[in-house]
Amino acid sequence: MKKLDEAGEARSRLEKIALLSDRPLRLMEVCGTHTIAIFRTGIKSLLPAKIELISGPGCPVCITPQKEIDRAIVYSRMENTILATFGDLLRVPGSDSSLYEEKSEGGDIRVVLSPLDAVRLAQDNPGKRVIFFAVGFETTSPATAFAVREAGRLELKNFFIYSSQRLVPPAIRALLSGKKTRIDGFILPGHVSVIIGSHPYEFIAREYGIPGVITGFDPLDILEGIEMLARQVREKRAAIEIQYRRVVKPEGNVLALKVMEEMFRPAPALWRGLGEIPDSGLFLREELSGRDAARVFPLELPDPGEPPGCRCGEVLQGLIRPPECALFSRACTPDLPVGPCMVSSEGTCAAYYKYGRELMAKQVKGQSSKVK
Amino acid sequence: MKTKKILLAHGAGGKLSHDLVHRLFLPYFDNDLLRQMDDSAVFSSEKAGRLAFTTDSFVVKPLFFPGGDIGRLAICGTVNDLAMAGAKPLGLSAAFIIEEGFPEETLEKILQSMQEAAREAQVKIVTGDTKVVEKGAAEGLFITTAGVGIVPEGVEIQSRKARPGDRIILSGFIGEHEVAVLIARGEFSIKGEVKSDCAPLNGLVEMMLETVPELHSLRDPTRGGMATVLWEIANASGVGMVAREELIPVKSEVRGVCELLGFDPYFLANEGKLIAICPEGAADRLVLRMRSHPLGKDAVIIGQVSGENPGRVLLQTRIGGHRILEPLSGEQFPRIC
Repeated sequence: MKKLDEAGEARSRLEKIALLSDRPLRLMEVCGTHTIAIFRTGIKSLLPAKIELISGPGCPVCITPQKEIDRAIVYSRMENTILATFGDLLRVPGSDSSLYEEKSEGGDIRVVLSPLDAVRLAQDNPGKRVIFFAVGFETTSPATAFAVREAGRLELKNFFIYSSQRLVPPAIRALLSGKKTRIDGFILPGHVSVIIGSHPYEFIAREYGIPGVITGFDPLDILEGIEMLARQVREKRAAIEIQYRRVVKPEGNVLALKVMEEMFRPAPALWRGLGEIPDSGLFLREELSGRDAARVFPLELPDPGEPPGCRCGEVLQGLIRPPECALFSRACTPDLPVGPCMVSSEGTCAAYYKYGRELMAKQVKGQSSKVK
Repeated sequence: MKTKKILLAHGAGGKLSHDLVHRLFLPYFDNDLLRQMDDSAVFSSEKAGRLAFTTDSFVVKPLFFPGGDIGRLAICGTVNDLAMAGAKPLGLSAAFIIEEGFPEETLEKILQSMQEAAREAQVKIVTGDTKVVEKGAAEGLFITTAGVGIVPEGVEIQSRKARPGDRIILSGFIGEHEVAVLIARGEFSIKGEVKSDCAPLNGLVEMMLETVPELHSLRDPTRGGMATVLWEIANASGVGMVAREELIPVKSEVRGVCELLGFDPYFLANEGKLIAICPEGAADRLVLRMRSHPLGKDAVIIGQVSGENPGRVLLQTRIGGHRILEPLSGEQFPRIC
């Protein structure tokens, strides 16, 4: 089935997109996985110049405030403690260290692929406390909720969550109400929407008159999503549509949503670049505060502010492109990152650094025809 | 029965050291040169040519992984480094740093695997050394191998010899070694059937050089993967390169793990693959010949060298777009070899 003529289909989609877009379009892909897919598959090099893709605040590592990184670092230094988290977080610089450096200094920091692995760590190490540094959007929070439930079922006394979880729709609202940048359409995240469905995005179309399409991650999915957005703009419509129909239902995953609600409550939370956004964080419910690391191990840490010169905040809002930051590819590279957008494999700056230098790709566009 | 362990005294140079070498090492590595047990192996070569000399250390974690172990890796790594210069290996050295308390039985398994790999490569281990360090001063076992080989007359293989029009040949599926080691480490809760491709490539290279002695460049894409090697050749030669994604063989299991972990297969390490830069007129013939060898059966032309954009490697994507392949940065896993 995969063997269909991808290049041919892509060409015909691109032609349709070119026909539909009679004016310049600024489309925002909210999700970091889309940013990466767009670069990896070369979509940027194929789109008509009229279509501009900008990246939004959709990389969980990137929007995690430095203060919360600092806090996780302090937790990792506590006696008898295993700090478990996702791999992308290790290299994110805190104020004076990173989890990666702490690990090299002997801190017990474990990379897990799933929050349930952290529960297993707690089971296997009854003499230690395990703190899971939970970062992520609606894509990962159901798994974290299941992990909390599982820890409860196993009556584990040594399993805690430090939650830096965030919700996507409130961030989109904050971005739109800030009115700092023009956006003609949203390429909405496929994975997040598998969980939450399409309803939580309805306000984008209803209140702001901007179309959105929930889009999958294959190159042809993304091109179809862009085509659907271009069509809405052309027809002067604004609706939330689903391109990624094979997995996303309008009502989302009811079971996952239920577990999330049982374990977490939304509350105001800080986003790097966007500031505090109402109801955008997911924290453990009151009755589960015994597992809440922030409650059980309270800390007063100074607010470190942003690293000097770092413009990740503006990148995350789509206000500037990474090369416009003076640090980009000079003081800030994936090997020695300054800001989080260069650290995470889904970060916009890392994507530009690794795959982009977009201008270059445009310059050499003619070359492919010569390949046999 | 109590399992025998390696003790500090085994590395002290006395009777225990002597016993260990005679009891464990010699039976596996035995050959006329090693048997003499002199401080240096002294030998001559009947073949004419220049000498190639290389060394590599192996610290892979875990020591055993599907498709290989540290011993097999230590032989193949050095044999392949010689082969990438077009050299036929004459002899290898093997030095072991062993952590006190290491089980003898495990050491024996590793030696056996080195013996097998050396047989496959038709190379002898002609000299060696063993040291034992205190518990905690090394993790299990580290191996350093070095190798000497002869580069036949007329063979001039260098990274800086790629020329516009040359074809880029890849000997088979990429990414398997790194994925196999990552899975074996068990840090990620992923399971899979992926085996390391760890293998000595000198036989394949010999066959390739019989077919196309004027081959321009040869590299084995170990750490940093295919993307890094192509970038290095492009920069050393001052040429551009264009590779086509749809032609690059990646197994679906490897692709799956990449998707899960957010990796790109083009940056993953291989231990039994090579990239050849071959003059245009000889490329088809070379690929056909490679396919007759078990380690080259999936060989394929993946792209070509161009005069434009020197130092740049472009990947033409499945949907006909472009991206630039940069050398690996930032996300590599340590201790995969």
